[in-house]
Order: sequence, then structure tokens, then C-alpha cells
Amino acid sequence: MTTKKFLYVNRKAPYGTIYALESLEVVLIGAAFEQDVSVAFLDDGVFQLTKGQDTGGIGVKNFSPTFRALGDYDVTKLYVERESLEERGLTEADLQEVTYEDEDDDWAEKPSIRIISRAEMADVMADQDVVLSF
Amino acid sequence: MKFGVVVSEGPYTHQAADSAYLFVKAALEAGHEVPRVFFYHDGVNVATRLSVPPQDERNIQENWTALAKEHELDLVVCIAAAQRRGMLDENEAKRQGKDADNIADGFRISGLGQLIEMGIQTDRLVTFGD
Repeated sequence: MTTKKFLYVNRKAPYGTIYALESLEVVLIGAAFEQDVSVAFLDDGVFQLTKGQDTGGIGVKNFSPTFRALGDYDVTKLYVERESLEERGLTEADLQEVTYEDEDDDWAEKPSIRIISRAEMADVMADQDVVLSF
Repeated sequence: MKFGVVVSEGPYTHQAADSAYLFVKAALEAGHEVPRVFFYHDGVNVATRLSVPPQDERNIQENWTALAKEHELDLVVCIAAAQRRGMLDENEAKRQGKDADNIADGFRISGLGQLIEMGIQTDRLVTFGD
């Protein structure tokens, strides 16, 4: 099968609308197709990766633990835009830890989250074959 | 060129389904191929055959159904998004023990894999949404 570069762009907060959850469902299903997958988080989308999420008060499912399983699906490139974090008073320390085991490096555990600048994000996007924006 | 098309917002609330329809129509008229249109998020609501818009308004579902018939389009409604929003075909209604179904002619319900496959097999993927 043809291998293409897929980028899933998350721009919305995790709760309040269903975009973030239904985006994650696409990423999980898409993983079965063995494509070169990247996931981007920008604008309010950076809130999706914050740690300590508790949705008990709003009666919807907390799906944030699912991001930590992405490594098992060979989804290992999570790009987070630095400017979006800063504009919202967030730093990398506010994000949960997401790791994967690198099969090319004796299964060493490595971070999946890569903080990049807005300019670098533009380069990541330009490098893709298929961009799905949520 | 082969275009894959995603519709990700609901009909009438948002222009996405109209713009996608006009885009697909124009692309086909210009000699391009549109192997599939994928309806996701609230876009799945385009496929209900029970909508009855005022007579002096366009009927979005009927537009799509007619276009699908004319060009043998593959209009796919995401099953996970559809089930959340009460969109069922005859088989799913039976399987879920529901007393009605509402998918219009020309649409079919299938999985998200069809979206990924469309991305792999087309030259350009065009999303109509927010």
C-alpha cells in the first residue's frame, strides 16, 4: 500500500465541542493503515494535552489518557506549537507525559511530544501529503 | 485529478455541505474525479431523508442524492459519528433495536477507515468545515 504523510491538526479545546474526541478516533483508526502519521496541537488544541484533566463536573468522558496509548499505535510525533502554549499561559510542564518505545534504538523510551515554533509548524504542515484539520 | 472530499459541519447551520456540493459538482463538470465524499462530525446529518426544509429553500440532502445518482458517487457517512447523532440505516436500526432508520438514498454508512483510505487513494483531500 502507498505510504503517505498524514497530519491531524487539533485546534480546539478538548471539551465544549466534540472535535477533539472525534479527531482522536480518526487517529486511532488511521493507525491501522500504517501511514506516516503526525499529530499537531495548536490554538486551543494545546489544552488537549494538559495533565490532570477531570471531567467529573461536566458529565463527559475524560479521554486524555488515550493520548498516552498512541505510542502503542506507532503514533509517535505529537507537535505542540510553542506560541499557542505561551498565549494561554501554559508551559511544557503543564502537559502530560507521552512516550513511545523506539524500536530502532533498543526500545528506549522517548518523549512523543515535541514543542516547536509557529514557523516550524508551518514547515511540518508543508511537508505533508494529507492534512485533516479538527 | 482525483479529489477526496470531507464534509464536517451540519446542514443549514453551516455552509460546508453546500460548498462541498458545489465544489464536487464543479470538479466533475471540469473532468476531475471524486471517488468518495466522507461525512463526519455533524456533517453526517446531511444524510437524513427526514428533513423537510421550506419549499423555497434548497434541499441539501436531495441535492446530494441527485448528484450521487447522476455520477455514481460514493457518499459515506461515518458510523461512529452517525450513531451518536441518531443516524441509522436499516441494518443498524435492526442491530441496535431501534424502530426507525433515516439514511437517504445515495448515502451509505461505513467506518472511519474509508476516510483514511480516501486520503491515501486521492491526489488531494479537501475539507469543508470550520
